[in-house]
Amino acid sequence: MIFHPLGKYILLLKAVFRRPEKWNIYRKEIFHEMVSIGVGSLGIIAIISVFLGAVTTVQTAFQLVSDFIPKSVIGMILRDSSILELSPTISAVVLAGKVGSSVASQIGTMRVTEQIDALEIMGINSPGYLILPKIIAAITTIPLLVIISIGLSITGGFFAGTASGAVTQQDFITGLTTDFNSFTLTVCMVKAVIFAFIITSVSAYQGFYTSGGALEVGQSSTKAVVISCIAILFSDYVIAQLML
Amino acid sequence: MIEIKNIHKTFGENHVLQGISAEFAEGKCNLIIGGSGSGKTTLLKCMVGLHEPEEGSVIYDGRDFTRMNFATRIEIRTEIGMLFQGSALFDSMNVEDNIIFPINMFTNQSHKEKLDRANFCLERVNLAGKNKLFPAELSGGMKKRVGIARAIAMNPKYLFVDEPNSGLDPKTAIVIDDLIQELTTEYNTTTIVVTHDMNSVMGIGENIIFLHEGKKWWEGTNKEISSTDNKELNEFVFASKFMQALQKK
Repeated sequence: MIFHPLGKYILLLKAVFRRPEKWNIYRKEIFHEMVSIGVGSLGIIAIISVFLGAVTTVQTAFQLVSDFIPKSVIGMILRDSSILELSPTISAVVLAGKVGSSVASQIGTMRVTEQIDALEIMGINSPGYLILPKIIAAITTIPLLVIISIGLSITGGFFAGTASGAVTQQDFITGLTTDFNSFTLTVCMVKAVIFAFIITSVSAYQGFYTSGGALEVGQSSTKAVVISCIAILFSDYVIAQLML
Repeated sequence: MIEIKNIHKTFGENHVLQGISAEFAEGKCNLIIGGSGSGKTTLLKCMVGLHEPEEGSVIYDGRDFTRMNFATRIEIRTEIGMLFQGSALFDSMNVEDNIIFPINMFTNQSHKEKLDRANFCLERVNLAGKNKLFPAELSGGMKKRVGIARAIAMNPKYLFVDEPNSGLDPKTAIVIDDLIQELTTEYNTTTIVVTHDMNSVMGIGENIIFLHEGKKWWEGTNKEISSTDNKELNEFVFASKFMQALQKK
């Protein structure tokens, strides 16, 4: 049951990575998509990151009941959990909702209104023209969004922790700068790139094979978000298992 | 000239096209007519490669399209212009960008040359000055005309038109039909129109193929169609009260 769609997905990807007809037209599309995916998602990523950091700090402080554990651990836990899990994974799940549904409905609408057929008739490789710029834009902008998310998450945690008195500024900064392993950033970036690829390619696949009308476009969009989220969480586990 | 030989197409259990063969001459409006579900649009899509027939060949001036791969088909596809039933204009582009899109992709013309071509095509379909409008701002008839302008942008040798009059009022439908016929004569294109509109049939049907239950049931001209004794074709042609009244006269 899973093999038929998987095979179609792989064949679609093969068509996506066929040599473009004209690079300069693709380049324009890539920049356009970078603005749409990257700049367009900055607001939502900023908001969720600040709150994620704040909540993580407050809840970690709540669980530290032993006097033997220094308060600086809060900063350390926030740093590592933001880098390794919260920023890449939660951002990806949110972006699957925002970017994934947009990609699926955009391509799905083009399918049901025969715009994709029009591209094919003109002799244009429609998977390449429609999907490749989105994938390239996502794998370049989503890691940047994740880096911004890490920064804002730590900032949010810092303000929430110090404002509530859960941790002092000095303890928090000590925790942030103690025992930092730069390999966690590598893991984070690997996750970001893979999640970006999953969000755009899975959503584009759902949109590209939409048939019917407006109702089916909505269903494709929903499926794109659900399948992307599951694929993100599954690959999150696989990456963690392989790299850590 | 386009030649189709023994085209078969099946969707699941449904054998939609059952061995259709025909020839479509250049410089003529060739019409494919038939009732809903008779296989007209499927045949058109098989001819342009949007569907792959299980059997049979589609031959463009001696070149067998069905035996070609994606790369070699591009040469023929750049010679094809197509007007879709819903116009299929790109929503994110304005009228001008829609028209110059195929030129951008397949030529190295300067920006001025491309604009000149877009303006020429727009003038040809009586939409001069509408360059910056978006598809959402156009009426149904205007969308069809922009669709035609885009279809002729690359000087096609083959023009395919799917239900050009659907959703249009009779007057606009005649304008579109006349435009298709003028362009066919002007550019000597091999034009294939899929329709079930009797006004089109009588107006521009120089060569007509009638499909019924996935088979070619009848072939002739618009002059011959009203005097045929083919039962199924008569039921199709004289289905409306208006045509029945004409028949009585």
